[in-house]
Amino acid sequence: MSTYKVRSGDGRFIAMTADEIRRDLIEGAADAADRGHIPTLDDNEIDRLVDLFVDQAGVVGVQMGNQVISTQDGGDHRINADAGSCGLALAIGRIQELQLHERAFGQDTIELGHIDYSYKVVKPIVAQEQAYVENALVATTHPLMYGAMTNLGLYFAPDGPYGNPADLLPAGRIKEALAAQEEAAVHAQRDVVFVGTRLADSGLDIMNLDTSGASGDADFMAALKAAEELKSKVPHLAIEMGMASEFVLGMHGSVTYKGERLAGMYPNDQVRMAEAAGVDVFGPVVNTNTRRSMPWNLARAVCFVKACVETSNIPVHANVGMGVGGIPVLDTPSLDAVSRASVAMVEIARVDGL
Amino acid sequence: MPIAHSVVSGMGGMRTAGDLVARMQFTRKMRISEAKTYVADKLKVSTHDLSDTAVMRELREELGFGVVLGIPGDPKGMEAKERISEVLDIPVNCVDRVRRRAQERRS
Repeated sequence: MSTYKVRSGDGRFIAMTADEIRRDLIEGAADAADRGHIPTLDDNEIDRLVDLFVDQAGVVGVQMGNQVISTQDGGDHRINADAGSCGLALAIGRIQELQLHERAFGQDTIELGHIDYSYKVVKPIVAQEQAYVENALVATTHPLMYGAMTNLGLYFAPDGPYGNPADLLPAGRIKEALAAQEEAAVHAQRDVVFVGTRLADSGLDIMNLDTSGASGDADFMAALKAAEELKSKVPHLAIEMGMASEFVLGMHGSVTYKGERLAGMYPNDQVRMAEAAGVDVFGPVVNTNTRRSMPWNLARAVCFVKACVETSNIPVHANVGMGVGGIPVLDTPSLDAVSRASVAMVEIARVDGL
Repeated sequence: MPIAHSVVSGMGGMRTAGDLVARMQFTRKMRISEAKTYVADKLKVSTHDLSDTAVMRELREELGFGVVLGIPGDPKGMEAKERISEVLDIPVNCVDRVRRRAQERRS
């Protein structure tokens, strides 16, 4: 029986028959459906995915007219940052990087961000970042985002003023661990709003609350409350919220937003929370399992994101980068893998952007 | 990574009308089909034309929206966004800031 070259979740080529590809696609989608309590992919959608993998073209693409909007996270640093941020470490300025994304790379939006990519870190240098935003707005035409993370982890000892839940929980100091997260969330919300209102004063188009929930449910709550407060104070500032993972970790376990417990939420529930907070564009994340094939991972990611898109009333821009959205975990992702994930997200999950 | 997505499924930014459709998503929370229809209606073209460089290259220059090429004297940056704001009838924050400050100086 013929075999086809497909990627594993760690990026290596493996050989699979069409039947094996179909089996992995069905199992991947079923895993998402089971975890998220959502419908699995139907036979036509599985057939389309089989076709994508059996087609051995190096690059595949969406049908003309089906193109969607591209947004990014990580800002301008993918060119000047080092490999730790999957960057090229080229000697080039931040505004020039934005111009390259706009004029040479075919992007639909552009994003500025500080190399540390956390709002806590940006707060003391916000005037510097305002200057960059103002310069960028003069030099570019595309909608300009500013991206960073709520990153609640930076508020815990030894980096921040609150006790570290990772130390407190194993020591059985449960109440202290919960209180530390609640206090840190209030602090983080204050920092995000501080930065957001000032960047809005400078004329910024979009604030990207990226990697929300990276430190668990309290982190997600801080991002949601910050979005809500920003929409109240500077309603003209658009907000994109990108997630950290497919599942909100219950590091606290009991925090709620609008009366709903955040721990354990999958993308179709996360987007309802983002929408309630006033977020304009939502970015779901589905993590890649390196021990499974790309067909398994992509079907699983598409199944989660499709349910999110169907639930949402706001545009959904799926995260489809290194190690998320069905793409193998590799800092030099292959075009054959990226293009298949891109097509599947647009034509099956029906995303509004990537 | 961004270039890969742009080639496979992206609208193409200033080469076409990607930045314009993106603005509708962020200023009006429009889903992709609604955003494309809105922009196409404003520009009096079809939604397919929005991703067509042959159509949009000429139309962008005609409307003063800025083009991807470096044409001396052609609107770009703030000037192009002022035109985009007017034609699409949407707020562009940095343009509104300039307008507001100019108005404050005059009054």
